Amino acid sequence: MSPLLLADLTVFVLSLLVGFEVISKVPATLHTPLMSGANAVHGVVLVGVMLLAATTTTLTGYVLLFVAAAFAAMNVTGGYLVTDRMLAMFRTRTELRK
Amino acid sequence: MTAFDTWVHLVYLACATCFVIGLHLMNAPATARRGNRLSAAGMAAAVATTAVVLVVHRQITAVAAAVLAVGVLAGTVAGLVTARRVRMTAMPQLVSLFNAVGGGAAALIALGEVVRHGDLTGRLPVQITVTAVLDVLIGGVTFTGSLVASGKLAGLVPGRPIAVPGGRLLVVLLGAATAGLAALVVAGRAEIAALTGIAAAALIVGVLMTLPIGGADMPVVISLLNAFTGTAVAMAGFVLESSLLIIAGALVGAAGAILTKLMADAMNRPIGAIVAGGFGTGDDTPGAAVSGDGTVREITVDDAAIQLAYAGKVVIVPGYGLAAAQAQHEVVALAQALTERGVEVGYGIHPVAGRMPGHMNVLLAEANAPYPELKDLEEINPEFARTDVVLVVGANDVTNPAARRPGNPVSGMPILDVDRARSVIVVKRSLGHGYAGIDNELYTDPKTAMLFADAKAGLAALIAGLHAYAG
Repeated sequence: MSPLLLADLTVFVLSLLVGFEVISKVPATLHTPLMSGANAVHGVVLVGVMLLAATTTTLTGYVLLFVAAAFAAMNVTGGYLVTDRMLAMFRTRTELRK
Repeated sequence: MTAFDTWVHLVYLACATCFVIGLHLMNAPATARRGNRLSAAGMAAAVATTAVVLVVHRQITAVAAAVLAVGVLAGTVAGLVTARRVRMTAMPQLVSLFNAVGGGAAALIALGEVVRHGDLTGRLPVQITVTAVLDVLIGGVTFTGSLVASGKLAGLVPGRPIAVPGGRLLVVLLGAATAGLAALVVAGRAEIAALTGIAAAALIVGVLMTLPIGGADMPVVISLLNAFTGTAVAMAGFVLESSLLIIAGALVGAAGAILTKLMADAMNRPIGAIVAGGFGTGDDTPGAAVSGDGTVREITVDDAAIQLAYAGKVVIVPGYGLAAAQAQHEVVALAQALTERGVEVGYGIHPVAGRMPGHMNVLLAEANAPYPELKDLEEINPEFARTDVVLVVGANDVTNPAARRPGNPVSGMPILDVDRARSVIVVKRSLGHGYAGIDNELYTDPKTAMLFADAKAGLAALIAGLHAYAG
C-alpha cells in the first residue's frame, strides 16, 4: 500500500465517523430535508467530472464526459434547490403569522 | 507541490468543512436552511476552484472544455426546472432521480478514468483498479436501482413487489461474473472491456434488486440507495485521488446508513429482509393472527364534525393516503378551524409514514402546519391517553394494535398507540388492507368510527360540517 492510499483510507474512515456523529441527532421532522441535503452533497461528484475532463482526449471519453457532466450538474443544482424549497416551509406559528 | 496547489488543497478543505457544518446545522428546523445554504456555498466554491485549476493547468483540450460546459449547462437546466416545479407529494421520486444521476456520474468517472489509462494496460496501481471496480459496481446498481425506485414512487412502475422469475439466481450468477471480471481488472488484463461488463451486470442487478421491493419499504430503500451513491462518490474520490470527493462521499454514505437503520427499526424489519423483498407478496398468511370478527361502526360527516368540535384535545395521524389524495392543505385547514374553536390540536407522525423518511412533515410544513406541532412517535404516544379524538387520515399499518402481539406480519413494529385515546375517527375510502396485507384491529375497536371517504373530500366535508353545525 502506498502512503497516499493509506492517507486516503484514513480520511475515508474518519469522515464516515464524523458523518455518523453529526447526523445521528437529526430529528424525524427533518429526515426528508436531511436526505435531500445529503443527496445534494454527493453532487460534489461534479468536481470529479471536471477533474476527469482535464485529461479526456478520446471520442469515447468525450461521450462519457458529457453524460457524467449532465448527470452531476443535475444532481448538485436540483439537490440544493429542492432542499432549500423544503426547508423554507418549516416555520413556527409566530413565523407563520408574519 | 506548488503554492497554487497548496491553496487549492486548502480551499477544498474549507469546502469539506462547510459540508460537515452544514449537515450539523440540519439538526434543528430553525438552523437547517442556513446549513443547506452553507453547504451549497461550499459546493459552489469547490466547483469554482476546480474551474480555476482547469484554466491554470491548461491541460484540458478545447473539445473537452466545450463538452463539459454543454453537459453542465444541460444538467443544470434539468435540475433547476425539475426542482422548481416538483410538488411536495412528488418529492420522493425526484430525490430518488437525483440520487440515480449522482450514482451514474460516479460510475462514469471510474469508466472514463480507466478509458483514459487504456494504453497503460497492466500498469494501473491496485488502489485505482480496486476502487474503480467498486465505483462502477455500486454506482451502476444505484443508477438503475434508484430509477426503478423513482418509477415506483411516481407510479410509472407498479408499486407492488414484482417477482422476477429466476431473479435471485440471476443476481447470484451476475455476482459471480462480476467477481471474475473484477479479478481481470485488478490483474491488469482487458480492463476496459471487463469494467464495461461489470457496469452492465451492475445495471441489471440494480433493476432486479429494486423490482421485488414493495411500496411500503420505499423509505428504507431510498435511504439505502442514498448511502450507496455516497459510497460510490467516495470510491470515485479514490480513483481520482481527490480527498474532497472522499470526504463528501463518506459523509453521505454515513447519513444514508443511519437513515436506513432508523427506517428499518421503525418497521421492525431487518434490512436484509427488505432488500430480499416480497413484503405483501402473498407469501405471508394474511389475517391469520387477526380476530377480525368484530363489527365496524360507521359515522356520518356531521356527527364526526360535532365530535371534533367539542373535543378538548385532538391528535391527527396522517399517512400515505393523505399524500396520495394531496389532502395536506385540507388537513391543516381543519386543524386551524379546530384551534380557533379552542381545541388543542397536534399531529402524530410515524417515522415511516409516507414514501420517504419524514415525508409527512414536509407535506404538512408545505400546508403551513407549524413544525413544533408535528410530533414523532416517542413524543406523541404518551399523549394519546389524554386525547379525546384521534383523527386517522390515510394511515393504516402504523396504527394496528396487532403489532403488540407476536405471530403476524406487523408484530413488533413500533406503532402509534391511537387505541389508547378516548375515541378514534378513521377517514378511509374502504376497509382495504395496508401494505402488510392484514386487517387492522383498530377498525373493529368499539371506540373507533369509520368515515368512508377520500381523504381530500372527507376532510373538506368535515370543515364544512364544522362551520355548519358547530358554528
